[in-house]
Amino acid sequence: MELPRFHRLQAPYYRLEGSRCKGCDRRQFPPRRVCPGCGSRDLTTQRFSGRATLYAATRVTQAPRGHGSLVPYAVALVRLEEGPLVTAQLTDVGDETLPAGLPLEMVTRKIRDAEEHGLIVYGYKFRPRLEESKESKRP
Amino acid sequence: MRDVGVLGIGQTPVGEHWDRSLRDLAVDAARAALEEAGLDRVDAVYVGNMASGILCGQENLATLVADAAGLLPAEAVKIEAACASGGAAVRAGFQVVAGGLHERVLVIGVEKMTDRLTDGVTAALATAADADYEAAHGASFVALNALLMRRYLDERRVGREAFAPFAILAHANAAKNPQALFRQPITAAQFAASPAVAEPITVLDSAGICDGAAALVLAPVEECRRRASGARRPAAVRIASSASVTDTLALGDRRDPLVWESVAGSARRALKDAGVSLKDLDFYEPHDAFTIVTALSLEACGFADRFAAVDLAREGRFDAGGDLPICTLGGLKGRGHPVGASGTYQFVEAVLQLRGTAGEAQVPGARVGMTQSVGGSGSVALTHVLEAV
Repeated sequence: MELPRFHRLQAPYYRLEGSRCKGCDRRQFPPRRVCPGCGSRDLTTQRFSGRATLYAATRVTQAPRGHGSLVPYAVALVRLEEGPLVTAQLTDVGDETLPAGLPLEMVTRKIRDAEEHGLIVYGYKFRPRLEESKESKRP
Repeated sequence: MRDVGVLGIGQTPVGEHWDRSLRDLAVDAARAALEEAGLDRVDAVYVGNMASGILCGQENLATLVADAAGLLPAEAVKIEAACASGGAAVRAGFQVVAGGLHERVLVIGVEKMTDRLTDGVTAALATAADADYEAAHGASFVALNALLMRRYLDERRVGREAFAPFAILAHANAAKNPQALFRQPITAAQFAASPAVAEPITVLDSAGICDGAAALVLAPVEECRRRASGARRPAAVRIASSASVTDTLALGDRRDPLVWESVAGSARRALKDAGVSLKDLDFYEPHDAFTIVTALSLEACGFADRFAAVDLAREGRFDAGGDLPICTLGGLKGRGHPVGASGTYQFVEAVLQLRGTAGEAQVPGARVGMTQSVGGSGSVALTHVLEAV
């Protein structure tokens, strides 16, 4: 991935930042400049919690260039708690077929192979949600 | 608007053409179509192609094709709509002839895929999806379709064998097409044993990587009629309608990823503009790049209720001789899917059916047919209705 492109993607990739429409309150990931719901251009930043559930998953055995070292790896559509459906890799999962509805949480991981110029692209992946500790349950 | 017809068609066999380049393929198909049309010149050349820049290092492709085919100084432009590029090029040609800007145009779909290794082709095809939010995360094009198939299997509560009839019928029909890539029938047992590419999608759910080019010459339908009027000449073919509809690029942005609004919208509009209903169609050429795409397309068009396409397929309704034959010359799965060329192959095959010259694969008495070219995972759909006149 090109350095300027990665620079532009850091907020969504690292912090799961999308957008919220001030007109119709629709929450969107990735961020938009025009609300696909109501057409408003008055949008603000929305940071997503990273809590999600599984919509569907697959295991890639024939990877596009740039992802060969990770093969086989799991790619999924995950439903964020706040609504959007996002395409992302899963991590910390085995060979099993994962059930729709499985609770997930966002983690930051390397998402593609290091390239010739050395840039290692990190970004969000999702893993089965770990048991919540007492601390994280505190309001 | 003028009525537009097909004056000539040409195609190369679909295959791994180690001895033919991108330009060779385009020129072979173009010259065959021009020869059939009895023309040396055209007013414009529209080239449907998805990824010549990535796969062959060649852009400015249409000028190259016009030059190599001896058609300078005709207008020439490449039309790109991912896997629907061929259908989009046909529509571009249809629009200018219908609108009276040009009298005769050449439409060519061409893709040269086999110069690249598989991971390079996989990366090129992934550019049909969202680069930052799908492809960058390792979601190959197969993977995105696999997510749809997984969800379909979950919601419909069936096993992947439910999709076998689509692959089996495509191969059975391809066996009757001398231009097809896979001319051998397959069995349910072979389908069941096929290795995964991105589970639950296997090799036999997927159209393969290959090369090919298919071309057509479009002209006002009156000219086509005059040519077709001699004794024993096949019928003239009219493009009864052309419709293009888009949906979100990323799968996740759809209200329901299993409902393909672009397909539904373009089919609805094409049928309405042609003044025909689903029941009037003698055959349908869907964009069967994966078996799941065939099912979603049949359901979105209204040929089957939601989650019912697999049932109708099991009953043989889409086989040759069924209520609605599909993929009559093998479809993308059997004939092959040189991506930007597939839309024009479908068109050439529909013309063969409507002329009554499809040989062993002929749908008896075919008068009206529909073709559909889909780009991305349902993000753009082009639907055309053709009729013999």
